[in-house]
Amino acid sequence: MNYKVLIVDDSPTMRQLLAFSLKRIRGVSIVEAKDGMEGLKKVTTDTFDLALIDINMPVMDGLKLIHMIRTEENMDELPIVVITTEGADADKERALELGANEYLTKPVQGSEVLAVAKKFLVGL
Amino acid sequence: MSTDDQGIFHKGEEFQKLFDRASEFTRDLMEANQQLRSKLLEVQSKQNEAAQNPSDWDALRTDLTHKIHNLEEEKTDALERLREAEEENRHFAERYVEIEEENNNLANLYVASFQLHATLDSEEVLQTIQEIVINLVGAEVFAVYDFKEANRSLKAVASEGRELEAFPDFVLGQGIVGASLEAGETFCGENAYSDDLAEPVVSIPLCVQDKPLGAIAIYKLLEQKEQFTTLDHELFSLLGGHAATAILASRLYTQSERKANTMQGFLGLLTERGAS
Repeated sequence: MNYKVLIVDDSPTMRQLLAFSLKRIRGVSIVEAKDGMEGLKKVTTDTFDLALIDINMPVMDGLKLIHMIRTEENMDELPIVVITTEGADADKERALELGANEYLTKPVQGSEVLAVAKKFLVGL
Repeated sequence: MSTDDQGIFHKGEEFQKLFDRASEFTRDLMEANQQLRSKLLEVQSKQNEAAQNPSDWDALRTDLTHKIHNLEEEKTDALERLREAEEENRHFAERYVEIEEENNNLANLYVASFQLHATLDSEEVLQTIQEIVINLVGAEVFAVYDFKEANRSLKAVASEGRELEAFPDFVLGQGIVGASLEAGETFCGENAYSDDLAEPVVSIPLCVQDKPLGAIAIYKLLEQKEQFTTLDHELFSLLGGHAATAILASRLYTQSERKANTMQGFLGLLTERGAS
């Protein structure tokens, strides 16, 4: 089984770290985007099994991106995991209201990312 | 046939059926009784035989006792092995968690190191240091200091959480940051938060072969992070060495680029003069 995961984060360090963790799942291929706008372009021109999205990003932030994804046709099934430095409950509630499926806060452990990704990709 | 006659006939039929069932039940009972009788005879016969040979009883009892004893031993052995297997399983589970944690830590350190050395641009190196401190350490307020050899002072060149101008300058050997840089040792306080920008909770000296280049001062952790972990201390060591090397490499590269441009310009001038 092959899975395609989109990572949207302006930090190359975070993108590499998340990709590092996700590649431990067999059959995962990664597509990266450095801001919300690039993420939106990728998500509308390709099919993904999971999207990991940061909130604080230039050009278009993560919340706007989630909103745009959820208003797109046939995009309500795409699992979205938010990975952010914003740890306040209000931020989490807002992201979940907009349609995020899971909310993780930085600094995030690779095992956490792996567990969440497995939940959505493999159903473990 | 009148209605009364029909009713009597119907009741007669019902009585006949009832009688048949009772008869069948009685037959079954008699058969069962016969079987029980033969069983009883069998048992009585065995009892008589055993009563005539008491030694057989003793042998049988000894044999059974022996078997019970063996089974008890086997059970104890099986339980012991089960306990050992459970213990081993628990040990493996603990080792798995440890290795998983170690793996995560190594991944973090690898990525941090990789990113620090992925560029020779000073601005990008600073940006990477900030990314590591925000995303991997989980700091909310911090500053990266540059050391000026000329006046032996430290000045903030990048910051997060507060304006750059808010961070005070330090002198080598003075204050937490200056003393940490002079000693070449990371300072890590007990608190996870400091309001006083002159006294960070963590100060990481950036040195290459005892040559001070700068420092990273952390004042506050992210809301969701309560304390520093083992990985954080590993990251501090990594930043102390690799960030300093990356800064030095980028500076040397910038200087060599500048010198190369100057020389190229100089050579260009010489060529022009020679031609004219």
